[in-house]
Amino acid sequence: MSTVTPYLVLSAVLFAIGCTGVLIRRNAIVVFMCVELMLNAGNLALVAFSRLHGNLDGQITAFFVMVVAAAEVVIGLAIIMTIFRTRRSASVDEANALRW
Amino acid sequence: MTATYVVTAPLMILAALGILVVRRAVHAALLLAVVMINLAFVYASLDAPFLFAVQIVVYTGAVLMLFLFVLMLVGVDVSDSVVETIKGHRIGSLFAGLLLGVLLVVMVGQLSLGTMKGLASVNAQGNLQALAQQLFSRYVVAFEATSALLITAAVGAMVLAHRERAEPRPGQAELARRRVRAYGETGRHLGPLPPPGTLARHNAVGTPALLPDGSPAKESVPSTLQSTHELEGKQ
Repeated sequence: MSTVTPYLVLSAVLFAIGCTGVLIRRNAIVVFMCVELMLNAGNLALVAFSRLHGNLDGQITAFFVMVVAAAEVVIGLAIIMTIFRTRRSASVDEANALRW
Repeated sequence: MTATYVVTAPLMILAALGILVVRRAVHAALLLAVVMINLAFVYASLDAPFLFAVQIVVYTGAVLMLFLFVLMLVGVDVSDSVVETIKGHRIGSLFAGLLLGVLLVVMVGQLSLGTMKGLASVNAQGNLQALAQQLFSRYVVAFEATSALLITAAVGAMVLAHRERAEPRPGQAELARRRVRAYGETGRHLGPLPPPGTLARHNAVGTPALLPDGSPAKESVPSTLQSTHELEGKQ
């Protein structure tokens, strides 16, 4: 009765939406949010697989993903802030030169 | 499929699709919060009470607050422009994303993974205790590595946020000199500016003061609010 497939489908759909968001949106902060959405989708698959196999390795990996995501958010937002300070814009189109 | 799944999955997908279409970044952040909180409930239904708590505390608590913080700082340019810089970019991205989604869903549908074993036996001593036992024995090296990662991230954020002051801070005398020079060169008013809302219909901080001829005095509104487009059409 309880299969893992619905959770994997949900995870796949969320991942695809996050990926589309990264491609479509042009505000750097929203792009970053979509990256977070993809990380969350991956976590969901890990937790579902953990329950499928009856051991906790998946949950521990999901926990590590969360830690890395937290570190990534800190650095990513600091980079966005730095770009914003020099260009007065948070659009990914503006940051098209590797100077200033 | 549990009741939790039936309730949360459509909500999550709708909120995630909302992130793609809303114009304002703040709304995207709120929709992301909806996705994350629902995901926490799914974790709880998947025998992961610890991850349920961590998801709420770390993601909706810390990460999203950080996002909102940066949105407040950036503030000015929050809504996306609708101009396409690359022709057919939006249609192409939508198509690529749809293709990826279909590919993943079909792939998952092809797998026959059997029924879930469940975590009842593993979680017999409590999920947190079982996780801690694994984390501090098998995964202790990875755990130590994350501590190094977190310290590096904190130091890196401080380095990126730090800015050296290129010129000395202008004192009161210097500011007064500049003001008088501006008056001499461009005839800018020397005295204090009118506070927002003076003689206007209401005194909110974003409402410009009215000049004797009834036109709004844009100068009276704080400069951070001037750059948002909220002011147009307001009296």
